[in-house]
Amino acid sequence: MNRRRTASAGWNAVAVVLFVVMVFPVFWMISTAFKPDDQIIGANPTWFSLHPTLAHFRAAIHTPFFWTDVKNSLIIVCTTVAISIALAFLAAIALAKYRFTGRKLFIVLMIGIQMLPQAGLIIPLYVVLARYHQVNALTGVILTYMTFALPFSVWTLRGFIINIPRELEEAAMVDGNSRLGAFVKILLPLAAPGLVATSVFAFITSWNEYIFARVLLNDQGKQTLTVWLSSFLGSSRHTDWGALLAGSTLTAIPVLVFFLLVQRKIAFGLTAGAVKA
Amino acid sequence: MAQAEGTAVAAGASWPRRRRLSRDRILRGSVPYVLILPVVAAIGAILGYPLYSLVRLSLQHYGLFELIRHQGQWVGLDNFASVLRDPVFWHTLIRTVVFTAVNVALTIGLGTLIALLLTRVSAWARVLLTGGLVLVWATPVVVAVQIWYWMTNYQNGVLNFVLTRLRIGDFFQHDWYATTFSQLGLTTTLVVWGALPFVAISVYASLSQVPHELVEAAEIDGARPWRIFMDVTLPILRPILRIVTSLSSIWDFGVFTQPFLLITQSHIHPGNYLMGIYLFEEGYVKTDFGRGAAISLLMLLMVAAMSVFYVRKMVRMGDGE
Repeated sequence: MNRRRTASAGWNAVAVVLFVVMVFPVFWMISTAFKPDDQIIGANPTWFSLHPTLAHFRAAIHTPFFWTDVKNSLIIVCTTVAISIALAFLAAIALAKYRFTGRKLFIVLMIGIQMLPQAGLIIPLYVVLARYHQVNALTGVILTYMTFALPFSVWTLRGFIINIPRELEEAAMVDGNSRLGAFVKILLPLAAPGLVATSVFAFITSWNEYIFARVLLNDQGKQTLTVWLSSFLGSSRHTDWGALLAGSTLTAIPVLVFFLLVQRKIAFGLTAGAVKA
Repeated sequence: MAQAEGTAVAAGASWPRRRRLSRDRILRGSVPYVLILPVVAAIGAILGYPLYSLVRLSLQHYGLFELIRHQGQWVGLDNFASVLRDPVFWHTLIRTVVFTAVNVALTIGLGTLIALLLTRVSAWARVLLTGGLVLVWATPVVVAVQIWYWMTNYQNGVLNFVLTRLRIGDFFQHDWYATTFSQLGLTTTLVVWGALPFVAISVYASLSQVPHELVEAAEIDGARPWRIFMDVTLPILRPILRIVTSLSSIWDFGVFTQPFLLITQSHIHPGNYLMGIYLFEEGYVKTDFGRGAAISLLMLLMVAAMSVFYVRKMVRMGDGE
């Protein structure tokens, strides 16, 4: 018993050290974002500033195109998520509630597409979108984001809908509701948490996307927030570390908040079945 | 609605009833197809058509002039011949394979160790570490790159300070971006750091299935921890380890954003290309879309081959339900 307790204390210490190492980069970003300049550029690092300042956040949001790019990101991400979820919900019902010829092929497509590396798709997407004058346009980027948002949403929503007991739906139909009535009254409310979780996760992936936006959007006034952040260093001759990390913090905040909300629900979609829930 | 009609007709003659029923059945059978139609149409337009174009492009000379005219010149297999004869392609392929192997090994190895650690610590430590892992998981890649950049800059990066203070060596003003090895090493730390939470948490979830009685019985029998891991734990972890290994290999092989942004455009050169960057530089930057398409196609085929295992596994699970 005593030996076990000492062993456990040792492992706890290892866990704490590991926690510190893993979380340090995120801590260092936030800590730097609030530090006055002299504490940032000093030879000896200041771990935690006792005189926090918001100056870097002010500098970051007053950088040219910050608000334009926030707006662009929001338009692109919200449109992508809205269209993807609407279309994917229908397909997910088909996968979860019906058996049909070609079902297996459809599943293979939905999973296989998610494995395609984005780098491998930039050339064809760029050339095809150029053909329809969709390069340097938000619509073009929305279409490319749907290439990963759609199959992801179909597969994830299917997992949520499949867990809704068929009996509930049948009971509603026996009660004299039509199939559509049963759908609206039973399936939709029960699938709502799944719809929210899937939307949030599709939001995060689209918000974080970099390569398609980088390739397709050239005008500074048409870029997304990730492209804005990645070109931050190149825009000024001397490196404004404080503003860079304030900008990073601002980019990460919506994602951090959303991710913590839905992580539990989505995390296992990728390995579903291998782990018994 | 259709059902109510069917019942009404059932009272009448049997012949129209059968016709009505089969029409009904066709209607019913078409429901799933109608439901998947929007997704199939959308995927066909935004992915199927571009992939068809990719194959055509790879057989054409397609530069900026052709892009404006929307018309390429057929050159047969010239693009593939040119790529396969390019020593840079082969060096990049070998570098990417080694990079992938190192990253996957580190991710899976460390991830499994963290998962095993999670089973041995007190509840508060488990909550703490899991919370930290989720925080790391949630950090956007582009943001993580900026943090890495800040931590490793030679003038006042915290990494040089800590390494010097821990007496690991003299890292005063050490430039981490000076050599290819160091650049790819930094990229590896970034990729592994970002991927560890997913692997650790997935493996940890799987560890809950390891039967306690079996481990205790083995302990009583005097089995060493290593033997218990190999004989009891590992066989249960094998399915999940196979899945996360194949996913990690696919992701790391196609990695783009981390090396592209961390090594930065000014430092990127054929000597440190990974496959995604090689394709970006040769096809997009040099606006040689035909040759770029050939490289893309080769890369997509390699990833497709790597994906077979994962996709088959997932389909079997998805289809079984």
